Amino acid sequence: MTVGLSHYLTLAALLFTIGVAGIVINRKNIIVILMSIELILLSVNINLVAFSTAFDDLTGQVFALFILTVAAAEAAIGLAILVAYYRNRGSIAVEDINALKG
Amino acid sequence: MQADAIFFWIFSTVLILSALAVILARNPVHSVLFLILSFVCAAGLFLLVGAEFLAMILIVVYVGAVAVLFLFVVMMLDVDFAELRQGFLQYLPIGGIIAIFVAFELGYVAVGWSRSPAAAAAASPPAPVSNTAALGRVLYTQYFFYFQGAGLILLTAMIGAIVLTLRHRVVKRQRISEQVARNPATAVELRKVPSRVGI
Repeated sequence: MTVGLSHYLTLAALLFTIGVAGIVINRKNIIVILMSIELILLSVNINLVAFSTAFDDLTGQVFALFILTVAAAEAAIGLAILVAYYRNRGSIAVEDINALKG
Repeated sequence: MQADAIFFWIFSTVLILSALAVILARNPVHSVLFLILSFVCAAGLFLLVGAEFLAMILIVVYVGAVAVLFLFVVMMLDVDFAELRQGFLQYLPIGGIIAIFVAFELGYVAVGWSRSPAAAAAASPPAPVSNTAALGRVLYTQYFFYFQGAGLILLTAMIGAIVLTLRHRVVKRQRISEQVARNPATAVELRKVPSRVGI
């Protein structure tokens, strides 16, 4: 049984689904939400790389590289905001983050 | 079954299981460790399809930097994680429903897609060099401005993270007027040091 493009697409779809479910069921824990976002971005990268090698087009891999960059920046900024928020409020529960709510 | 198929099944099974463990683990530290495992498995999959450079970048950037950053933050914040897990079972059904819908949609797309003839015409045959060299050839020529933009994004993220987490607010500033007002009479002091005595 040879492994083809559809196997990778299915794997990426499963990973994306797990990431979305992780955001929903860990609604109170923002660290796990950030990790779920990383999983979603990883599944997108798997998709892009699988298409890129299946069709002999390097654009997908270049795009995956940029997604990796943006994901690293997002994780750094998100965690920095989290640390600053924890210093101010002493809590990181998502439900307490409502200071801007009208 | 050939070797690459066996490795694909091993890597993908471990990837899915560790991703499930990331979202289901009780302790966020375990979540981060399972996240590292899933990144390593994804790097193995990238190696299998022939994207060696991205596999190495995934190991270096994700496992080496991002996941360790997560680990630092989880260990640094002294949070009652049991409290954060309340409502887990409450959100589990709706999470499952959303997951089923998303999986259905993605499965529909994954089965029903087709390739347009224009895309087939636009694809270039791979150059007879390694994956890293081929990526470098397009990254520094065709995608050069995007590459610079990625660098700017990283610079912005670095400055933003520093500004957000820096604690002491006393910053040494440059006073240009004082610098300009300096002259040799005030800045330089000449001393005649006697021999074998010192200052």
